[in-house]
Amino acid sequence: MKETPLSNCERRFLLRAIEEKKRLDGRQTYDYRNIRISFGTDYGCCIVELGKTRVLGQVSCELVSPKLNRATEGILFFNLELSQMAAPAFEPGRQSDLLVKLNRLMERCLRNSKCIDTESLCVVAGEKVWQIRVDLHLLNHDGNIIDAASIAAIVALCHFRRPDVSVQGDEVTLYTPEERDPVPLSIHHMPICVSFAFFQQGAYLLVDPNEREERVMDGLLVIAMNKHREICTIQSSGGIMLLKDQVLRCSKIAGVKVAEITELILKALENDQKVRKEGGKFGFAESIANQRITAFKMEKAPIDTSDVEEKAEEIIAEAEPPSEVVSTPVLWTPGTAQIGEGVENSWGDLEDSEKEDDEGGGDQAIILDGIKMDTGVEVSDIGSQDAPIILSDSEEEEMIILEPDKNPKKIRTQTTSAKQEKAPSKKPVKRRKKKRAAN
Amino acid sequence: MEEETHTDAKIRAENGTGSSPRGPGCSLRHFACEQNLLSRPDGSASFLQGDTSVLAGVYGPAEVKVSKEIFNKATLEVILRPKIGLPGVAEKSRERLIRNTCEAVVLGTLHPRTSITVVLQVVSDAGSLLACCLNAACMALVDAGVPMRALFCGVACALDSDGTLVLDPTSKQEKEARAVLTFALDSVERKLLMSSTKGLYSDTEQCLAAAQAASQHVFRFYRESLQRRYSKS
Repeated sequence: MKETPLSNCERRFLLRAIEEKKRLDGRQTYDYRNIRISFGTDYGCCIVELGKTRVLGQVSCELVSPKLNRATEGILFFNLELSQMAAPAFEPGRQSDLLVKLNRLMERCLRNSKCIDTESLCVVAGEKVWQIRVDLHLLNHDGNIIDAASIAAIVALCHFRRPDVSVQGDEVTLYTPEERDPVPLSIHHMPICVSFAFFQQGAYLLVDPNEREERVMDGLLVIAMNKHREICTIQSSGGIMLLKDQVLRCSKIAGVKVAEITELILKALENDQKVRKEGGKFGFAESIANQRITAFKMEKAPIDTSDVEEKAEEIIAEAEPPSEVVSTPVLWTPGTAQIGEGVENSWGDLEDSEKEDDEGGGDQAIILDGIKMDTGVEVSDIGSQDAPIILSDSEEEEMIILEPDKNPKKIRTQTTSAKQEKAPSKKPVKRRKKKRAAN
Repeated sequence: MEEETHTDAKIRAENGTGSSPRGPGCSLRHFACEQNLLSRPDGSASFLQGDTSVLAGVYGPAEVKVSKEIFNKATLEVILRPKIGLPGVAEKSRERLIRNTCEAVVLGTLHPRTSITVVLQVVSDAGSLLACCLNAACMALVDAGVPMRALFCGVACALDSDGTLVLDPTSKQEKEARAVLTFALDSVERKLLMSSTKGLYSDTEQCLAAAQAASQHVFRFYRESLQRRYSKS
């Protein structure tokens, strides 16, 4: 679906509000929306909510051969998908620009910053390494996808546990989670993206723009930083021209924000770890708020299946008898078989052939609609059928003789040239069908 | 009814969802459903069955591309996305099953030349995925206000090697089972809308009867969750 265009009055309203340092949701200029992180039951699965923007992240791993030019390093693969439920405008063919931009930014932020130690992912140099795959799905788009996605990615990577592997000489043993506890990934630092939206040619700036603000912004500056105040990536898009001190000011703000977000992430990870260790309930079921009117839970429910057999008999008794069994397949030559007969060609009205209809009365002129059966062989020995089947409704199709040694029998073609011939020709076919049903 | 008091007496809290052993053939896992959790789609629902969780979003009735429009009814489209990797043939086949079920139930003729899109995202898969997808799709369609002639639910059952029936199997039970059957049942008369089966089995009708018994619980769950949302008290 096309995106609903933003009306001029809404645009003006937003810009005027920003000039007066007001935001539609009541936030201050440098405020982030509420971040909520919840984990699933498998390791490496998390959902991050930044206000209403929601991203699902999942990390998975696989043993593969390494890249030729990096034989001792593991492989990291990132994939951000804009799900079609995130916004009506996200259709498979339509989001390529935004998608490429976001994916590229994610890769630069996480891969180029070397936050994951890829050397530790090597199992056997040159032969087997771990490929870590991070899949991010945007579930709801309310602005600032990149921040939410980067938080989801780093949280999922920190939460993930890979199976333990031991190498003894030439033997590589992969332990299942039951045999040995899975091992966390080795993460050096946590880069997090912070977005700044600029308005009125760089005069006003907002941190964490929501969807409406993104629509009216002039340009976006994304700074990826970790809590040690190291900048991992900077990207400025939209063609705005920024002064040096503006960029420096943004990086200071980013430093503060990243510290807060990192603390939140560490706390969430710790909570989850604690709950799992103590054997409490964990997973998405627990993160559904109980007090919400739109959420409802039901405990395990036993089902009484003692009367299942009587019910089964009832079902059988009420059901209609199964339809007639199709005749057994007949094999003509290797690669060509026939099951049953075809139905009459329903395109008959469209054809305008010159040939006369030269059938006799009570003739079975059934055209097989199988694509493979454009042959001109008369078939006369199918089970209990008592009439030959004629095929080939087109003279242009090549005739392939199935049994070259046999004399080809006379071939009759049914043409449905004139409409008045169609009506009478239908009747014999119908009668014949009824006969078959009675058999 | 007898079954209701039975379940009330047996409700107990347990540690860890979905991993505790259940009696043979007898119980559905812990259910949870949250509606209207996404702000962009017209309707959304997150359905959890034990550890299996599916998020559904519905857009519709909305604008449809001219190539896909049907002159007398709504074009229903179902999109299922797995959590890891790109969607493949299995997803396409599930999409088709869910779409056929929805088309049987949604009153498309009330909205001709429009499109109703159901997008499903697998959040976690721990068995009975198709059944969970069906339930999530139904709750999301209800949340979106799409007119339907009945509600539908999905129930999965597995037959293990000695013929014991297990309802709402976990992924371990599905792997070890001889056959896994998933049924979609409608709420009016518990009639069968769709069935998808895999494996070797001979007693379809027994599984269907057990699924019908289970569907009563699922429909009761739907009713209670909607009552909670729409009642004035």
